Amino acid sequence: MTMVQQEALVSRQSSDAAAEGRAVRLMKRRSRIRIYEIVIWLAAVAAYFLLPSKMLILTEIAILALFAVSLDLVLGFAGIVSLGHAAFFGVGAYAAGLLALHYTAEPVIGLFVAALVAGLLGFLTSFLILRGSDLTRLMTTLGIGLMMAEVANQMAWLTGGADGLSGFSLNPILGLFEFDLYGKTGYLYCLAVLFVGMMIMRRIAFSPFGLSLKAIKSNPMRAGMISVPARKRVVVVYTIAAMFAGIAGALLAQTTSFVSPDVLAFHRSADVLMVLTIGGTGYLYGGVFGAVLFTLVKDALSVVTPQYWMFWIGLILVVLVLIGRERLNRWAAYLPERLSGKEREQ
Amino acid sequence: MLTILFDGVAYGMLLFILACGLTVTLGLMNFINLAHGAFAMAGGYVTVVMMNRYGISFYWCLPAAFVVTAIVGLVLERTLYQWLYRADHLDQVLFSIGLVFMAVAGADYFMGGQQQLINLPPELSGRMDVGGVGIGRYRLFTIVVCAILALVLQLILSKTRFGCRLRAAVDDRRVAMGLGINVPLVFALTFAFGSGLAGLGGAMGAEILGLDPNFPLKFMIYFLIVVSVGGTSTVSGPFLAAMLLGIADVAGKYYVPAIGPFVIYALMIIMLILRPDGLFSRGSGR
Repeated sequence: MTMVQQEALVSRQSSDAAAEGRAVRLMKRRSRIRIYEIVIWLAAVAAYFLLPSKMLILTEIAILALFAVSLDLVLGFAGIVSLGHAAFFGVGAYAAGLLALHYTAEPVIGLFVAALVAGLLGFLTSFLILRGSDLTRLMTTLGIGLMMAEVANQMAWLTGGADGLSGFSLNPILGLFEFDLYGKTGYLYCLAVLFVGMMIMRRIAFSPFGLSLKAIKSNPMRAGMISVPARKRVVVVYTIAAMFAGIAGALLAQTTSFVSPDVLAFHRSADVLMVLTIGGTGYLYGGVFGAVLFTLVKDALSVVTPQYWMFWIGLILVVLVLIGRERLNRWAAYLPERLSGKEREQ
Repeated sequence: MLTILFDGVAYGMLLFILACGLTVTLGLMNFINLAHGAFAMAGGYVTVVMMNRYGISFYWCLPAAFVVTAIVGLVLERTLYQWLYRADHLDQVLFSIGLVFMAVAGADYFMGGQQQLINLPPELSGRMDVGGVGIGRYRLFTIVVCAILALVLQLILSKTRFGCRLRAAVDDRRVAMGLGINVPLVFALTFAFGSGLAGLGGAMGAEILGLDPNFPLKFMIYFLIVVSVGGTSTVSGPFLAAMLLGIADVAGKYYVPAIGPFVIYALMIIMLILRPDGLFSRGSGR
């Protein structure tokens, strides 16, 4: 619907066909598949064969990447700084866990249910983030995140409280692929979901819809003047992002067969922000790059200082910000356009 | 009933002292400092160390907590914070979360993860009975001290030259600079003062709010609510917001323990729906 609307808008505004052709070319240019994307996916598949002993950490990376990319839709495109994105992740995890425990142990159905539940929560809370300034949004998102953690803690009869949900096992995926002890199936499963999710989000992000989100990000008032319905768009993208965050949570619940209250913890929201900072915002693959780096760094740190890795994570954050995110991502500007994620104005 | 109201007021007063430094940071520099709670925690730990290790009187610890955190605040402001005033909000959020993480892990490393206890002087502990209402002496002390501080703050802001400069800078930074007000200096001093107040609040709140390494994370949401409900342009706005939050939180936890933790979130959501720009906004949403 939005596509059609947008196209109608474009065609109405550009009376001459030349402008329209230019717009179509620009959209095509923005959305074409770049070489680094192919490299990433090849590397991800190659990792399955080359690093058979690292399946668990690879799975972790894939899940974190999906989670981070979903936040990028909100942060990099719509420009909403969220401190509570883990709420959707956690709700998705609990939804998948509860479904597997009480109803059906089919993983794919679990993903859909998790997306549905998290999306519903995202839809309901999106009306709250429409209000106020950046500060109120921080408060709202943080508050919702903490509230969900508290709900999970209080409703012990449903969620197991502080002990978490355990004791569920999952059927083979679609009845075909069984989860094995080494997490090999788990990794491929997560990778497949990440790939599908990524392609859907890519389609959304590089559509006129995604472009209009960037317009809203840079100036909501002007976006309104060129008849972009800012509020509606934000609600939609927030809901979509919540759904994918829920799917990421469901993946974690399914691959580990365990849901701890930790899925809703504040540090998870902060971690995912940091992932995006490392990888860069606004071009989706930042979440993937960031997830790889973040997980490796965190893994290395928690080996060195099991208890105090938080300190070093904090230090890295401070240093990253002081250096400046733009400077960190500047290397991409030196690459040819086809290689880098940068968009060039025509 | 009245006891609860009383406890709520004491709690709210503490929240106000803790958060009012943050309102200035936000109002003046539009800087979202999520690490504000870390300063409060620092003040609390200064008190704990001074009292429990060196046996210094509680009354001396309070000003010491103020001075130490103010100095820490000043140093951090000059070395780190000042570079980020013009950064966008995402950077500020990330930066201050990084500081929080460092503070949490640092406190854990040096002081251990357990709750810290302080032994109040005997004249401040216990309860007394005034007209059938049980009043905790320490809470009374808290209320008196915080009320005096709030009054002094209000007077500084409205009557002194420094307060005048500060208000001018909050209202319009560029014009204030054009009038020859040294805004960075005003801000550095205010930041130090606000950090000091947070430290003082942390020291006084160690008894009521508890003190452990997760303090900055636990109270981040309270600070944010106080600031965004109360607005950043007055002293009275955050004060009333803190009162409301304190009383609602204490009453909620007492009367309906099952849903007690949700009272503040409910309050937050109601406020968002009714007054998205804060209780006392002047229309200019920053």
